Parts: sequence; C-alpha cells; structure tokens
Amino acid sequence: MREWRFWLNENRSTLIAFAIFIAMFTIYVTNHPAGFTANVVNTAANKGVLLALVAMAQTMVVITAGIDLSVGMVFVLCNCVASQLVAGDALHTALGVLAVLLVGAACGAVNGALVIFGRLQPIVATIATGAIYFGIALWINPQPGGADNFNSDFADLFTGKLPGGIPASLVTLAAVALVVWVPFSRSAIGRTAYAVGSSELSAYMSGAPVTAAKFLVYTLAGLLAGIGGLFLTFLTQSGEASAANGGTYTLYSIAAVVLGGVSLFGGSGSAIGAIFGALAFRAIGDLLFVFDIEPLWQPLFQGLVLLASVSIGATRLIGVRNRLDLFG
Amino acid sequence: MTDSGIPMREGMWARTRARIDPATLAAFGCILVLLFAGSLYSQSFLSPAYLLQQLKVASFLGIIATGMMIVILLGQIDLSVPWAIAVGGMMSASASAWGPAGPWIAIPFGIACGLAIGFVNGVGVAYLRIPSMIVTLAVNAVAQGLMVVHTGGFSPQDSASPAMRFIATGDVFFGLPNALIVWAIIGIGATLLLNRTTFGRAVYAIGNRERATYLSGVDPQRVTLIAFMISGGLSAFAGVLLAGYASKAAQAMGDPYLLPAIAAVVLGGASILGGRGNYLGTVAGVILVTLLQSILSVMQIPEAGRQIAYGLVIIVMLLFYGRGAAIRG
Amino acid sequence: MEGPAPLLRMEGVSKSYGGVRALDSADLTILAGRVHAILGENGAGKSTLIKVLAGVVAPDSGRISIEGREVAFPSPAAAQAAGIAVIFQELSLIPELSVADNILINQPPKRLGLIDRGRQREMAEAALARAGATDIHPRTPVKDLPLSRRQMVEIAKALARNPRLLILDEATSALTAADVERVLALLRRLRDEGLALAYISHRMHEIAEIADDCTIFRNGRNVATYLAGTKSHDEVVELMIGREYRHVFPAKPAPRNENAAPRLELRGLSWTNRLKDISLKASAGEIVGLGGLDGQGQRELLLALFGALSGLTGEIRIEGEPVSIGSPKQAKEKRLGMALIPEDRKTEGLMLPMSVGQNLSFAALDEYSNFGVIDQQAEARAIKEAISALQIKVAKVGLPVASLSGGNQQKVVIGKWLMTGPRIILLNDPTRGIDVGTKQEIYALLRRLADAGAAIVFYSTDYAELIGCCDRVLVLYDGQVKRTLIGDEITEKALIASALNLDVAAVAERAS
Repeated sequence: MREWRFWLNENRSTLIAFAIFIAMFTIYVTNHPAGFTANVVNTAANKGVLLALVAMAQTMVVITAGIDLSVGMVFVLCNCVASQLVAGDALHTALGVLAVLLVGAACGAVNGALVIFGRLQPIVATIATGAIYFGIALWINPQPGGADNFNSDFADLFTGKLPGGIPASLVTLAAVALVVWVPFSRSAIGRTAYAVGSSELSAYMSGAPVTAAKFLVYTLAGLLAGIGGLFLTFLTQSGEASAANGGTYTLYSIAAVVLGGVSLFGGSGSAIGAIFGALAFRAIGDLLFVFDIEPLWQPLFQGLVLLASVSIGATRLIGVRNRLDLFG
Repeated sequence: MTDSGIPMREGMWARTRARIDPATLAAFGCILVLLFAGSLYSQSFLSPAYLLQQLKVASFLGIIATGMMIVILLGQIDLSVPWAIAVGGMMSASASAWGPAGPWIAIPFGIACGLAIGFVNGVGVAYLRIPSMIVTLAVNAVAQGLMVVHTGGFSPQDSASPAMRFIATGDVFFGLPNALIVWAIIGIGATLLLNRTTFGRAVYAIGNRERATYLSGVDPQRVTLIAFMISGGLSAFAGVLLAGYASKAAQAMGDPYLLPAIAAVVLGGASILGGRGNYLGTVAGVILVTLLQSILSVMQIPEAGRQIAYGLVIIVMLLFYGRGAAIRG
Repeated sequence: MEGPAPLLRMEGVSKSYGGVRALDSADLTILAGRVHAILGENGAGKSTLIKVLAGVVAPDSGRISIEGREVAFPSPAAAQAAGIAVIFQELSLIPELSVADNILINQPPKRLGLIDRGRQREMAEAALARAGATDIHPRTPVKDLPLSRRQMVEIAKALARNPRLLILDEATSALTAADVERVLALLRRLRDEGLALAYISHRMHEIAEIADDCTIFRNGRNVATYLAGTKSHDEVVELMIGREYRHVFPAKPAPRNENAAPRLELRGLSWTNRLKDISLKASAGEIVGLGGLDGQGQRELLLALFGALSGLTGEIRIEGEPVSIGSPKQAKEKRLGMALIPEDRKTEGLMLPMSVGQNLSFAALDEYSNFGVIDQQAEARAIKEAISALQIKVAKVGLPVASLSGGNQQKVVIGKWLMTGPRIILLNDPTRGIDVGTKQEIYALLRRLADAGAAIVFYSTDYAELIGCCDRVLVLYDGQVKRTLIGDEITEKALIASALNLDVAAVAERAS
C-alpha cells in the first residue's frame, strides 16, 4: 500500500504539470468545440512539439543545476543547417538529418567542455556560445531560405496527420522521449546527473561519474535542441537565422521547464513534466484566442499567466514556520 | 600577530593597490590590447574624438550594468532589463506630451516606472522566494505586454522631451558628453554605496551567505528588494536617455542591452554567483564590451562574424580569470 | 606490535594548502581486525588525513601502501576500489535521491544497461540490516530523514561496498544514544570479522569502549601511538594540546537569589510539535544550560528566542515586559539586546570569503554608521579592540575569515556579537569541533560576561561543559523541560537520566 505513496511523491511535479495541461486542454475543448478539428489540433501540436523539444533540452541541463542559454541558438543553427542539407534523394536526406543531429550534439558538447573543463559558470558560458552558434547560423543562411532541392515530401511526413487524425508530430515527440529520455533517466549515469544537481560535492565524494554525467547532459541537450531545429525545418521548409526567435525559444524553454515542475536548483523533475509544461504554455496562447481576447492584449495576458504560474510555487511558503529555512 | 593590515600612513594608494582585483586589471589590459589592435587597422582608433564617442555610447550600457552589477552581487540576476529600458523610454516620451507639465515630469516618471518594475521583481525574489531568473523573465514578458497595449502595437510616436535630448546628446563641460558625466555620477554613487554604506556591506554579505546575514540581525529581504528597485530604476533611466538620444522610443529598444550588460559585469571580475566584484571592474567590462562591438562594426565584419567574435572573446577572457575552483584540491 | 600484517601504512605523507601545512610527514599504521582510534584537536590534520585516504585530495609527498603494495588514489572512486570506505562528518548523501539510490550510488546493479531497481532495493535492505537500521524504508528521499537517520544511511552505504578498511569521522556526533550503542556493537562485530577500522572522535568514553589502538595527531604529525587504555585522560589531552593541562572551568559564583527579577523569562512557550509548554528563567549574571539528547528542541528553542520562528504561542518576557520578537533584526535591537551564536559557524555564523574585519563588524555596523554611511575609522578601532579582547589569531584583518582555524573562526562569531553589547546571550553548542585550548578561553569568557551582567542560555552536547559552566541546567526531552538541575544537582548521572527521560534512581540501579 505504501509503495504507490512513494511513487506519487517521486513524480509529484510531473503529475502537476500533466494536470495543468489537461485543465488547459479541457477548457479549450469545452469552450471551442467547433475548433477541435483535426487540422487545428495538428497545427497546435506542431507548435507545441517545437517548444517541447527545446524544453526537453533545457531540462537535461537544469537537472544538474545548470542552465543553457544557448538552446534557442542551437535550435536556430540546426534549423539553418537542416534547410541546406536535408535535400536531394533518400541517401542525401538521411545524411543531412544525421549531420544536423551531429551539429546539435557538437554544440552541446562544446558547452559541456567549457563548463566542466573550463570551469566556467553555465549561465555566462552559454550566453557566449549562444552568440557563436547564432553567428554560424547567420553565416550559413544570411537570408531566410534553404537548398533548392529541399526534400519537402520527407518534411511533410513529420508534420502531417497519421490515419485517425493523430498528429505525426506528437508521435515523433513520444518516440524521442522514449529513445532519449527514458533510457537516460533510468541509467546510472542519468541518476548521477540528478545527484550532481542535488549535491555535486557529495556525488563526487561518493565516487559517482560526475564528469561523464555532466558532459552527457550538455551533449544530449544540444542533440535535443538540434532535433527541435530539424523539426522547425520540416514545418517551415526553410531556415532562418532569427536572433529574436532563438532568444524567445530559450526563454520560453525556461518557462516550460519551470511549469513542468523541474527545479531550477537541480536534482529533481523530469523531461516528461517539461513536455507538459511546454504544451501547457503553448496552450495559453490558444486559450486567449478562444476567449476572444484581442490580439493586442495577448502578450500581456501571456506574461501575466506566466507570472502567476511561477508565483504558485510561492504557496509552499504559507506553511513555513521556521523562517531560517527561507534562506540558503 | 594582530596587526590591522597596512598602516594608515602608507595611505590610500597602498590600500587601493592591495584591493584591486587581478580580474579588473586583466579587463583593463584587454582594453589596451583592443585599442592597439584597432590602431593597426586605422589610426583614427586612438583619436580623442573616437574615444570620446565610445565613452558616450558606453555610458548607456554603463548605467544599465551598474544596476545589473548590484543584483549579481546579491547572487541574483535581472532578466527584465530589456523591457524595463523600453518602458523607461516609452513612458517618459509619452509623459512629455502630457500638457504643459509634461517635459518636467517626463524623466522622473520614466524612472518611477522602472522602480515599479524593480519593486515587483524584488517582491517576487525576496518575499515569494521565486528564483530571480524566472521572476524577472516573467516580469519582462508582462512589461512587454503592457507596452504593446500602450502603443497599440505600433512604433511609439511620442517625441522625447528637450531635457531628455539634452542629457543624452549634449556636451556642457569641456566637450565631455553629458551622458558620460551622468554615468560618472551614477558610478561614483554606486561605488560609495557598495563600499561605504551598511547597505553595500549587506549586499556583499547576502551574496556570500544569506543565512548568516539573516542570523546577524540584518534584513536580507529588504536589501534584495531595494537592489532590484535600483536595477529597474537605472534600466529605465537608461531607456529615458536612449529615447533622448534617438529623439523617440522604439519597440524592443532594450533587447540589445541584456547580454552585453551581463557580459560587462562578469568580464569585470564579478562572480555570477554573487559576493565578489567591484565597480571599477564593471567600468572596465562596459568599456571592453563597447569597444569590442564598435571595432567589429568599424572593421565592417558582417554580423555573423561579429557575433562569433563577441562570443569567443567572452569565453577566452573568462577562461583566463573567470574559472571556478576545482573540486579536487 | 606483532601479529597481522598492516592493512594500511602511511609513511611521511605531507600536504600543504597555500602556506599552511595540514599534514607534516605523517605516519600511520592500521591493522586488520582492530579498531584504531585517531585523536587530535581541530587543525591537527585529521580531516586532511581522511581526505587523503579517501582519494578526495592528493598528498604532496609520502607513501601509502595497502598490504605492503604501494598505492595512489587519483579520485574517490580509486580509493573505494581499493577497499577503503569513509563515513564523513559532513555526510556524502544526495538529498534529492532515495535511500536505496544513495546506498548504491556508485556501481548499482544493472540489467540491460539500466539500473535494476528491484535488485538495488534488495541490496539496500541488506546493507541497512547490516547497519542495524531496518526502520528506514529504502524508497524514502534522504532529504526527508532527520540527521541521525541520515548518518545510519551513510553507514549502510559504506558497508554495502564490503570495504576492507572502514574510516569513521565523528560518525556518532548526530546519533541518538540508542543508535550509538548499536553502532559501537556493529563496529565490534565488523572488527571480529576481520575488518580494519579507523575511528576519529572527540568522545573519550566512546573511544574507551571501542578502541584497540590509539594515535594522537598534533600539528599534522603523529605524536603518539599506543594501546588503548595505556594512557590517562590527562596525558592524552596534554599530548593533544602540547602543553600542560590544568583546570578547564572557571569558578562559579554562589547560587543566585531566586527572587531577583529575571532578565529573560519564558512561560508556556510552544511551537508546532517541537516545543511544548516550555518555561524558563535566566537572570543577569546567570549561565543557564540546556541539556538533553540531540534534537529534543534545544535548537528550536534558541531560534524561537531569537525571532526566527513564526507561530509561537506562550509568553516571552524581557526584564518583566512581555515582548514579541519577529526577527533576528528585532532581537538584536538595544531594547531587547539579544545575541545568538548559531550552530554551524560556516553556514550560519560567518560569511567565509569576506574578511575577518568585515565579519566582526557586521552585526554592530549600525553603531559605527550615520544614516547608513559607515565611519571607517570607528569601525577599524572597534575591530582592533575585538581582536585583542578575544585574542583572535590572525595575521591581517583583511584576510578572508575562511583562512582561520575553527577555534578562531568561532571567536570571530562571538566577537561579532559582543560588539553589539548584548544583555542576553544565546549559544548553540559553541564549542563543537573546537580545540581544547580555545574551549577553555570560551568558558572563561562566558563566566566573565555573566559576571559583567549578561544572562546566558547555553546549549551543549558535552556533559562536562554543562557541569562545569552552568549555574542551572534545563534538560529537554521531546520538546519539554523534563528536569531542572541547580548547582550541585548538575551531575553526569542526573543529566543522562533526565536526558533519557528516566529518573535518577533507576539509572543508578543500572550502573551498579
């Protein structure tokens, strides 16, 4: 009987994120039943999956009590690379996809190397590398566009609908989570990543592979951001080196991660929660449309909802009786 | 055994020298290197006119970095700077059009808006104990939303007041730009605040160990709140000046200043974790960042190359003196 | 010493940090099947010694050999692979992970490359059973466990690796008396199984119970190695501090007049379920002690008095006037005049990277400022006075306080508070982890402060201190005052009995 209690405690934050998403979803569907068509769902899913992938990337690093402010730029860079290389016949397309993934992973690895071996603080190191990755993206695609023989059919596979109306994007997202996140979170090195975020010194003194774990999370973060960039290319069938877009995705990924119950202090939370956080965050925009809020007011409402949702965490203060606990 | 340090007679110079951070020296050294490299490209790099122009441009960033530095010393971060700047610029420009009293209240009103933004940040961080990264991010989004509504989504049309333009673009004393003088005044104020007041001492203490600060009978929450208000107020003031410089405000006018402000503070030797850093270092960091951006643009390096160079320089500098301690001693 | 070959031998091991020699050509020989106690003041090199053996730091010179073969430990993992398990004083547990995850943090059982949770759980349960801590559920997150349980998990974790040499660094400091007995019994079992054990502790009676061999460290060197029981307590302390060891405690004044108005009075103070209806009086000139086992509410009581707790019921009176204390800032004010020397000087008492001077002046800064601006000359003078009054050993006031020894650091914390001129001084185990010499200075200081008119409330985990320093002792058990002992009533038997919530007669019976 007690076992499920432990399971609930362990997954509490992810379940809350899931509940928030379901709540948003239900409000949307009940208020706008006509809008719940397969096409609308597909478009929403596509947008949501983009942020979900970048949010997963951010989760990787946040677990170790780090932060990656370059995820948005890796996203943009891989978008541009994909727009040039995912082209031609099947072989070239496949190589192109592989190249994009490698670029993403390489960017992550560089971040990891700077943080681990360079001993730079993640926040400043990734600000700097973000600028570098953006510069490279701009060099590859000075103008928005892509290769002439871009493989649109291949791209459509991932952004369309599967039989039954299920968006292919959601299936892709689930596959990525299954192949990347699930094995990672259950492995010894994945657990070490959590340990690093919770208490890096203790993890080191316990002999756990701290260096390998940190390097892996940064590399995987780059890879996931790269998958996101690839997906963006599938969606827009073009590559644009937009600093604004990159910056937005970075900041929204942090919001999604927090909404998803991942602690910015490290050591707890799950990428599954971050996925729901991202989907919920995206849903906010759609909800505003449902309630007929003028587009002019949407950014303000999005901001207020974001502010309110992060303030919810402050409710844990209500029961605090020992003020000393507030201070680190 | 209990000698109290360098004797008073040896005076201020010796004590100052003992206190200068190697990181600050490194930053000033890099400035010299940049100037030298630039002078190889073109002689005009070392001309007083050019240098003064750089200092004027640096002043805006300098004012923003001052606020950012105080927040970073606490161990926090302020990501609401982009739209605090925009709010300052837009609201002061709008206020200057409010009847006859307009031009008088324009600047104070802009700053007041910044103080309000800082207040919300401060309450969220200090009293609601939400991580500063996320609170200031959310407040930034709210500020943006407010400005979108205020301007109706268009570019702001209001003009800056004459006073704003005067401070931002004029030069009253011996050809020194007014903006630079303003930065100098703010800088001296910040230095005195950090080094000579109980508030400043508390800032460093909180950045080092908030719990011990609380148990020593100092209120860390109030200090944090005030620090965020200072940051918001200074960012908005910079926005006021920027609007004065361009004669009007613009959408997203603050966006280009966030990362350079953080970079400037960190390159000046302050620790991003808090508790360590001095204002002279921030000054060096600001000049360094400004020079770098200017040199890259004068050399007509395309934007792509500029971004890459910018990132590389920051990384290289940090690898030299911004590294953390190794776990294994 | 003939007999089994040495399991571990250290020869000529040195380690310096900056200019400070932590280990100076240190030697140590540990045999299997024996418990080897290591004694020494703080700063004697014990913690560096352990870190070297644990692979956390690399020695500058010297040889370490296991069973005759020379070894080197480039990382903690290497030391563990060599069969060395260390139970650190600061604990090496990961708060966010579960007990089972912590016990098997390194090289967990795997299936298809992923952690085999079922098998891991079995192994964790076995380790917990071996450590005698079967009440701990393996899935509990460590952060939800109290300190004493965490220490047991730490022990289970060390045992799970089947070490050949087990090193315990102050491993019993956070344990309840029952746990201590179990741990000592466990150590005896392990010794009989052939394990080598190194036991670092300040608790002489535990060492007397368990040790076979003893080594004393002083200034980074091994100054004596002897069979347990072959040296007297005084001889041991003299070897530890390197000078003659006389009276520890200053004389106490005659018992107070009970009718004098108390400086500090509590009536019926309660807080959540940790403090229950506590009443206490402390007059000017009195040193009132708080006794009892660890974790019975003593820390919470001091925090409550200092304004750090909310939701208090009951009354606090200062000089007869009821007060409500909302924060340490209020407590510090002149009209209340309180000071608290906290439990953990490194995280609660000091800002380590800041200078000695800045730490000293921090609490009283307002007294040297006008409208928030600091009068640097006045501040410097006050700092100088504090350093000389407390005899704080520091080369320059501007050095970071982290560079001071533990005893001097604690003096800085005390000095910081004395600068505010407090009339009520609260101390939370102030001499924990401090060398004997500094302890004596602190005892003398407390008596001087009391004689000058302060009321002192003093929590200590050391019976000798309570007996030697206090005029009265309140023993707490489960958040309540179980017994008040006055003057000659303060004896070790009475303290232990009330701490365990027994009456004195029953304890005397057990002892006979």
